[in-house]
Amino acid sequence: MLKKMLGLVVSMMVVGLMAGSSFAAPPIKIGALFSVSGPASFLGEPERNTAEMMVDEINKAGGIKGRKLELIVYDTQADATKAVQAANKLIKDDKVVAIIGPSTTGDTMAIIPVVEKAEIPLVSCAAGIKITDPVKKWVFKTAQNDALAVARIFDYLKKQKIAKIAILTVSDGFGSSGREQLVAQAGKFGIQIISDETYGPKDTDMTAQLTKIRSGGAQAVVCWGTNPGPAVVARNVQQLGIKLPLYMSHGVSSLKFIDLAGPAAEGIILPSGRVVVANHLPKNDPQKKALLNYVDNYKKHYKVEGDHFGGHAYDAIMLIKGAIERGGDSPAAIRDQLEKTSKFAGIGGTFSYSSQDHAGLTSDAFVLVQIKNKGWTLLK
Amino acid sequence: MDNSPQLFQYVLSGLSNGAIYALIGFGFAIIYNATGIINFAQGEFVMLGGMLTLFFLVFLSFPLIPAIVLAILISTVIGIAFERLAIRPLKNATPLSMVIITIGASILIRGIAMLIWGKDTHAVPAFSGNDPLYIAGATILPQHIWIFAITLLIIAANKIFFNYSIVGKAMRACAYNSQAASLVGINVKTMVLLSFVISSAIGSMAGIIIAPLTMTSFDVGIMLGLKGFCAVIIGGMSSGLGTIMGGLLLGLLESLGAGYISASYKDAIAFIILLLILFVRPEGLFKQKETERV
Repeated sequence: MLKKMLGLVVSMMVVGLMAGSSFAAPPIKIGALFSVSGPASFLGEPERNTAEMMVDEINKAGGIKGRKLELIVYDTQADATKAVQAANKLIKDDKVVAIIGPSTTGDTMAIIPVVEKAEIPLVSCAAGIKITDPVKKWVFKTAQNDALAVARIFDYLKKQKIAKIAILTVSDGFGSSGREQLVAQAGKFGIQIISDETYGPKDTDMTAQLTKIRSGGAQAVVCWGTNPGPAVVARNVQQLGIKLPLYMSHGVSSLKFIDLAGPAAEGIILPSGRVVVANHLPKNDPQKKALLNYVDNYKKHYKVEGDHFGGHAYDAIMLIKGAIERGGDSPAAIRDQLEKTSKFAGIGGTFSYSSQDHAGLTSDAFVLVQIKNKGWTLLK
Repeated sequence: MDNSPQLFQYVLSGLSNGAIYALIGFGFAIIYNATGIINFAQGEFVMLGGMLTLFFLVFLSFPLIPAIVLAILISTVIGIAFERLAIRPLKNATPLSMVIITIGASILIRGIAMLIWGKDTHAVPAFSGNDPLYIAGATILPQHIWIFAITLLIIAANKIFFNYSIVGKAMRACAYNSQAASLVGINVKTMVLLSFVISSAIGSMAGIIIAPLTMTSFDVGIMLGLKGFCAVIIGGMSSGLGTIMGGLLLGLLESLGAGYISASYKDAIAFIILLLILFVRPEGLFKQKETERV
């Protein structure tokens, strides 16, 4: 922790020195809001790390048209009030030209009125569908919609001729949004949800729900949550000797899940961004180069694997970089150029924004992966 | 459809959680009876047990038994330090400020644990494998058997200690009337310290045996501590049968409630019971059987 903070201070000083010593134009200021601590730190921490790493990279390579980037990061702690305060600070005191983040849907929804009023472009790293639906002039996002992940699973279930499923979702924002989508889309794929169970984000024993599911006659179980709950579910499924195939959400597509669930993780299928299977992708995949580059770089900097949450911040920075390169650094120009982004192959998928679509991805942003031998394999 | 295996599964899950609640409740009761305060840092000792075991077992690659022994020892030392630094200097404070101090201590311990071990949840390997055992259509893990066995052992050891050893009897005397106890030559301060030693050791043991099932992180102590508190309230603050029954009852009701009503109400069930008991029978469900507290 201390080391990290020292590192942060040093890197900020270095950035400051570099900015000061270069007698060229002042740096372009970009604001970042991430939930680095608090309940959503599993999102905010890799996002913050990634954003800092990318800005360093860009500056080392000479900045954008000779101008350095300056990243100003505030921690929202997944608290909407803090997010709004920090957004105001970024806009009024730091005078940023664009904001990336926040990490969670709640924080993002809270600051949308702030950025709209100040007319500053926002590239959110949260997944909630309501962020860009309906389209808001100044708001874009990089995280894949839950709806796409659900569609990917249902599509596969349909191919496997599975028509009756049980769902087990966590009772927080992520889980209830997933549950909504699961229920809404089931009919379209001819799938019937015969057990609909929930668990609390802090629960440590889901055998009761699973016992109920087992006696319900489902052909597969779909669990929607973020660590550690789904790991408990996987262990409980094994403990109860339930032989039904288990599906998870993209919320657990990190090695941490495999580590937590241990042998119980084997065989689980989930939709994921391509980042975890970067090595297994076919050569002609447009994202492969960016993915491998990101994964290697992240590992070099932070000694752990980059995950697809950090990828949201990578995409946000690169999208803004692209927009500034094309149209200059005024907030209005950045917004206009963001909207014109077409076929940008990032970490989360291949982005094409338009005036009707500020989410920019299609369901091929997800691939289905299966956990085998403590690693990921790509399902065709 | 035959529902009996399903019911049996709920009962087994409920009893194993209940055993843990009972152990944590024990820790509350022992300190309450020696000092008259409710130690809301009790849950943190449960967390420390799990996290320290993980630390020695996984990060320092110690064998299981030394890792557990070290984890209990260190938790106990922290318990002693807590009593010496935070409780003893304020001997004449009101119970309310003491309770607030324990809440403060719990936040401090949790914060330090977060700084040392980070915010992640960690998996702790099971004592003897993860292959489920089948009993009458329900399944149980070897770890559950460890939980039942160790809980029974601790309860039996407590019973023997408090009823037959001279130190245990002295502690009971303090609980009954500390002034009279000091008049007959019992060092009340030592007994208070001893109550912290025993309850932090039991708390950490509870944390150790449950960690392989539930995994552990810096903040598991909050919920487990509250559940233990419910157990001891049901049991009327006794460190005897009452709290054991309280813990098992709580675990059972939670599990059956989650199974037959809705899992969303699992935690609500525990706290509704807590409120009902505090309103209707603040002396606990099993009070009439016991005339003395320890």
